[in-house]
Amino acid sequence: MRMLRCLATLFLLMMTVLPLKAATAIADADLTALVNALGAGDFDATEQAIAALAASGDDRVAGILDKLGNGELVTRKADKAVFIGEKADKDFKLTDPVTGADAGIVPKATVDKLKVNNKLRRAIATAVGTLTLRNADPKVRLAAAEAVMKSQDAAAIPALDAAIGAETDAAVKTAMISARAAAVLASDLPDSEKAKAVDTIADLGTRDALGMIAPYAGQAGPIGDAVKAATTAINAKLALWDAGQNIWYGLSLGSVLLLAAIGLAITFGVMGIINMAHGEMVMLGAYATFGVQELIRNNAPELFDYSLLIALPVAFVTAGGVGILIERSIIRWLYGRPLETLLATWGVSLILQQAVRTIFGANNREVGNPSWMSGAFTIGEMQVTWSRLWIIAFAAVVFLSLIGVLKKTALGLQMRAVTANRPMASAMGIRTPFIDALTFGLGSGIAGLAGVALSQIDNVSPNLGRGYIIDSFMVVVFGGVGNLWGTLVGAMTLGVANKFLEPYAGAVLGKILLLVFIILFIQKRPRGLFALKGRAVEA
Amino acid sequence: MSEKAEGSILYLDEVSVSFDGFRAINKLSLVLEPGEMRAIIGPNGAGKTTMMDIITGKTRPDSGDVLYDGKVDLTTLDEAGIARLGIGRKFQKPTVFESHTVEDNIELALKARRGTWATLFHRRSRSEQVRIDELLQTIRLSDKRDLLAAKLSHGQKQWLEIGMLLAQEPRLLLVDEPAAGMTDAETAETAILLKEIAKTQSVVVVEHDMTFVRDLGVKVTVLHEGSVLAEGPLDQVSANPKVIEVYLGR
Amino acid sequence: MLTYWLTNGFDRKAQIVTAVLVALAIVVPLGSLLPPDDSVLHISTYQVTLFGKYLTYALLALAVDLVWGYCGILSLGHGAFFALGGYACGMYLMRQIGTRGVYADPVLPDFMVFLNWKDLPWFWYGFDMAWFAFLMVILVPGLLAFVFGWFAFRSRVTGVYLSIITQAMTYALLLAFFRNDMGFGGNNGLTDFKDILGYSIQSPGTRAGLFAASALFLAFFFVVASALTRSKLGKVLVAVRDAESRTRFIGYRVEHYKLFVWTLSAVMAGVAGALYVPQVGIINPSEFDPAASIEAVIWVAVGGRGTLVGALIGAVVVNFGKTWFTGMLPELWLFALGGLFVIVTLFLPTGIVGLFARLKSLRKPPVAPVAVANQSGGAS
Repeated sequence: MRMLRCLATLFLLMMTVLPLKAATAIADADLTALVNALGAGDFDATEQAIAALAASGDDRVAGILDKLGNGELVTRKADKAVFIGEKADKDFKLTDPVTGADAGIVPKATVDKLKVNNKLRRAIATAVGTLTLRNADPKVRLAAAEAVMKSQDAAAIPALDAAIGAETDAAVKTAMISARAAAVLASDLPDSEKAKAVDTIADLGTRDALGMIAPYAGQAGPIGDAVKAATTAINAKLALWDAGQNIWYGLSLGSVLLLAAIGLAITFGVMGIINMAHGEMVMLGAYATFGVQELIRNNAPELFDYSLLIALPVAFVTAGGVGILIERSIIRWLYGRPLETLLATWGVSLILQQAVRTIFGANNREVGNPSWMSGAFTIGEMQVTWSRLWIIAFAAVVFLSLIGVLKKTALGLQMRAVTANRPMASAMGIRTPFIDALTFGLGSGIAGLAGVALSQIDNVSPNLGRGYIIDSFMVVVFGGVGNLWGTLVGAMTLGVANKFLEPYAGAVLGKILLLVFIILFIQKRPRGLFALKGRAVEA
Repeated sequence: MSEKAEGSILYLDEVSVSFDGFRAINKLSLVLEPGEMRAIIGPNGAGKTTMMDIITGKTRPDSGDVLYDGKVDLTTLDEAGIARLGIGRKFQKPTVFESHTVEDNIELALKARRGTWATLFHRRSRSEQVRIDELLQTIRLSDKRDLLAAKLSHGQKQWLEIGMLLAQEPRLLLVDEPAAGMTDAETAETAILLKEIAKTQSVVVVEHDMTFVRDLGVKVTVLHEGSVLAEGPLDQVSANPKVIEVYLGR
Repeated sequence: MLTYWLTNGFDRKAQIVTAVLVALAIVVPLGSLLPPDDSVLHISTYQVTLFGKYLTYALLALAVDLVWGYCGILSLGHGAFFALGGYACGMYLMRQIGTRGVYADPVLPDFMVFLNWKDLPWFWYGFDMAWFAFLMVILVPGLLAFVFGWFAFRSRVTGVYLSIITQAMTYALLLAFFRNDMGFGGNNGLTDFKDILGYSIQSPGTRAGLFAASALFLAFFFVVASALTRSKLGKVLVAVRDAESRTRFIGYRVEHYKLFVWTLSAVMAGVAGALYVPQVGIINPSEFDPAASIEAVIWVAVGGRGTLVGALIGAVVVNFGKTWFTGMLPELWLFALGGLFVIVTLFLPTGIVGLFARLKSLRKPPVAPVAVANQSGGAS
């Protein structure tokens, strides 16, 4: 506690050292008079002088008081004027504390050091605190209030009271009121005051607030009761934040699932092809990202922040190209035989994995985060990392673009025509084999895009795809085959459900529960959440 | 249960079913007497096959009664249960078990206990062998008994499927387009066969081929947009202006 | 009834296979135990164990073939039943270690002592008795298959959907068995076995005995499978494979037939796993890996699905190839395996057996092959 208080004081002092625009300043002469009063008499007189200095509100005061606290001020015996005294050999080099002007070098015997005791030190801290609390910059005032909040220094209460009265910025005022409450709680003020303070803290509803009142939970009387009530209130608020955080994590996991599954929703849902090598398309996308970053690192490091943007088309074309190759060479011979397709594409996945392992090695490859993907910020009690935020946004963009392509473009129209009635589409002059290849290429290309995103949050290794293939199938099957919106709902539901189960069941058990749930769900609704009905669906 | 159902072999009353908002069957009512043969005609999408699906338990109706033998509620049973009651179905597209021999196809359809254990330890009896031989004779596939069903011609598959239907010894047969893909001679023979069957069993025939329906010479029900449009002898029905409009377009 | 059933199933193919397996069960142990080590006739313990392992794989392949080849159910989770049988056997072997473990606890296996467990979990009770363990080898996979199948077949989950949820099932089990608190040794599984039925598990005699047991169990299940597929029930299964809804409309409750053959197949896989574990000396969660289950499917595809002999041939040939490749060219094994998947599905839909049948029919007038018609599994 003591340590904290020292730190807080130090922090306050540091704030004052920052070069700030002088908002309140008084004439040098007046200030000099006030400063000289510091050395005029005993400790009590000095304390009064400190208060007077603080009341002046001049920006220079904090620095001077700081020096006083450190024992760097001296009085010249001759005229009781106060200077900053630096030892120079056996003499003292004097500097005017107000103007900073050089006042010459004098023998040691001609000056007295200004002594401070603990009482004075406190007075100095309070004065400095008051000064920063009244600083012109709201950021400084906020920081000062937060520092008091942490230190819970009762001495700061009067300063806060004054500052609260004068404060105009709502956010800063709230912080000050909370800080005052925290200080009141730590002080020896009457219980009724403290109980009020507890209520003020309860309104904060943060984890820190909970920590502030926790030590008083055992107390009898109004304080204890107030703390109990406040704890309940804060916990309720925190539970809401926790839920919010879980939803956020869930949406983030959901968008990863969506990215991985959406390509599958096309190949499986729209074309009816079981592509077990889908995960490997994701893996190829991630390795494409790695390749692009390597090129940039070696040739144009200044472009590193753009590496992911450059990797997107590369990954799309790589995975899409490999997809078209697979479709043309293998899958097209197996249309109408989904189980055979499943086995053949599994074979392809083994080959691709081993090929990547042979070329790049079996170890994880380092894919860097560009600066805009790193770091995090908080909303209330929620932590938001930039990488997750971007991935959610990216998933949304990919999803909407895909819907757009299917709904609005000629290619999308032809794709839907082939899906609905192949012979009819063919009779109308649509080159169905061409459309098949393109559709499969599109699905694979999107898997490649997913790989770019996954390279940011997962290990880039030849096994990358393995981890996602079963989850992706679960998402598509759960959402309902042949329905992209179903895939979206499926991904988000599974993502959020997973994160809500995790705290209770642990990550692994949560996942197992979810798998079991989906297995049971498919029994209930074999065609998924948003299934098509009717005669045409029956196999 | 309605009293009207009493004495009928098949009774459909106000049956409706819709798929995603599309009403495939709309308040369809139909009564079939024991021993009656009925031809069902109607343009594409009239709900003929869906009606068959409802009777045989493949599709559950949203509302309405489907009674067999005047008392058994078919909507609560599964396909196998309905088949065991004595309702046999022949599909539009001939579906036989292609990797079984002709004889095995008949044997599988032969009326016998259908339980897992019963079939596991089943041993073909003398009387069953006789019955198989008879049926093969009837459908003229005796010389092809050891051939895989996959090797049969389209018409032969149709016949094999009819043979399988007979092997079940059903009391009610639902026959979907039996003449499809047959030569004229085969079609005529099929009509004779069906008439022969109808002497002892009740039959519902769905057919497009008007000549074939005329050959059968039975009461005709015309379906349109999931409901009965007209019912009666073929000549009377085909003179009905509503029927003409539906068939010739508006 | 049973005798008719078995004799009907004991056709020429079954006679040959049984004869070969029985001969192996006699010759290999003799070759391992009698001739001196330097004799050309000597079969090393390593080879005995290796061949024994192939035989257990063949039994697993037979189980997969029964459901896939004959009933059209493509299981991507048969490895789960194999592993469960293996774990049941492994638990028995663990309890046999007794005080010879590192921590010398008379009751608790080493990993439990390591985890600071004080008591044996209830599901480990009884596994110190061989008869109980071998009962569990049959019951646990059988029960899981029964429950899973009861739900799945009743709600008519077919085709690729069924394949995907079988894969999800084994994946869920994989994750579960990785957990230490499941009580099955977590990541490391069960290992360091000492003896089985009182015989040292390392001794050449025990190895030869395990080999013979594998061969005889395989022969037994081959005859059972053969009788099953030749019975009327077998014909119903093929009918379900080729035209499921037609089978229903003739009056067969398809779900009962599927459930029957599915459960039987799971039991066979469980027995295979139980024979596998004492020979390789370890069982760990990796046996639940979906990849392992799919590999078993490819054995069947290579040999020729829908023919019982094909399953055995495929399992032995592919695994022999795997042993050879991983020994000589480990880098290339996955390429070879992946290529095998592609080539077999594209060019050899009837596998090795089908290839021989075709070669034969080229010489002789056409005979009906044991064809697997172009079947899709019912979903599209």
